Amino acid sequence: MDGTERSGASARRLGYRQGVVDAFKLPVALLLASMMGFGSMAREAGVALGPALGLTGAIYGLPGQVAFVDMTALGAGLAAAVLASSLANARFLPMAVSFLPLVRHGLPRTAPLYLMVQLLSVNSWAHSLRSFPGLPGAAHRPYFVAMGCTCFVSALVGTAVGYLLVSQVPHVVTLGLLFLNPLYFAILFVDARRPAFVLAVAIGAVAGPLLYLVDRDWAVPVTGVVGGTLAFALVRLARRLR
Amino acid sequence: MTDGVLAGWGGVAAAGAATYAWRALGVALARRIDPGSAVFEWIGCVSYAMLAGLIARMLVMPAGALADTPLGDRMVATVAAFALFYLAGRSLLIATFGGVGLFALLMFARQSGLL
Repeated sequence: MDGTERSGASARRLGYRQGVVDAFKLPVALLLASMMGFGSMAREAGVALGPALGLTGAIYGLPGQVAFVDMTALGAGLAAAVLASSLANARFLPMAVSFLPLVRHGLPRTAPLYLMVQLLSVNSWAHSLRSFPGLPGAAHRPYFVAMGCTCFVSALVGTAVGYLLVSQVPHVVTLGLLFLNPLYFAILFVDARRPAFVLAVAIGAVAGPLLYLVDRDWAVPVTGVVGGTLAFALVRLARRLR
Repeated sequence: MTDGVLAGWGGVAAAGAATYAWRALGVALARRIDPGSAVFEWIGCVSYAMLAGLIARMLVMPAGALADTPLGDRMVATVAAFALFYLAGRSLLIATFGGVGLFALLMFARQSGLL
């Protein structure tokens, strides 16, 4: 029993350490850069520094943050801006559903998950999925919490730095910062391994821009539900035929 | 006064709560779904398709300052980043910053009248 506990404790230590180490490999640099872009955007939209940091911490999902600040700049109503920003981050529902069972290992109650779920982002999600197969189960939650907290702090720092430096950055650098986010996510998706996910990415990448031409507000959720279901059904059908 | 609410803490609270609702709903539903089940794979598919759609649109039809950059330049930088990813042994760091570097270089060349 003692041996099991000790190995559990060392697995947790391994998880915490590995989570911080992996965060510093790329996500920290990426978040600093992309949140600098958000910080400068927020300043130009007339948002004060405090609320700009508040948006990063409370929404903590770049598409929603950008949608909200964009609509603030356009002078939209509160309800429209809140709805747009929430829908832009609707992906947190399937992400949370699919991801949380992986970090629930040995947790007696679900209450802490309601706090931990705020640390969920594309970065912590994608890197955890990549690293979990090589880690013991007891290390999964520590890995996610360590990675998530490191990313969260980096996002706040990046927002503040971008907000304060916006007037001093050349336009070419601003364009590079804006291009960085979509490019990074595109590379992550090209690396998807499961056949169903590969097909879902392909269908989504084609359907997303096309549906955007039809309906700007609903393109993202419709692409996800219809495109994802199609990919899921096609791969299951192919499996059955084989 | 709408502007004041949007740009202030009221907007932060409303947008934060509306986003957290998705996360909380995810926690509530996660207890009832087995990670090995078909439902899990379906939700993964939905998640991947949704984000791929959003990202593809951001690359092809971006908003804001990127909208004024040539589509060809964005595509060249994206394809170069994909190629770099595989050439550099699946390194996200090299591929991302290589692609962004190339894009900034193209923008600099256009700004200076070299392209």
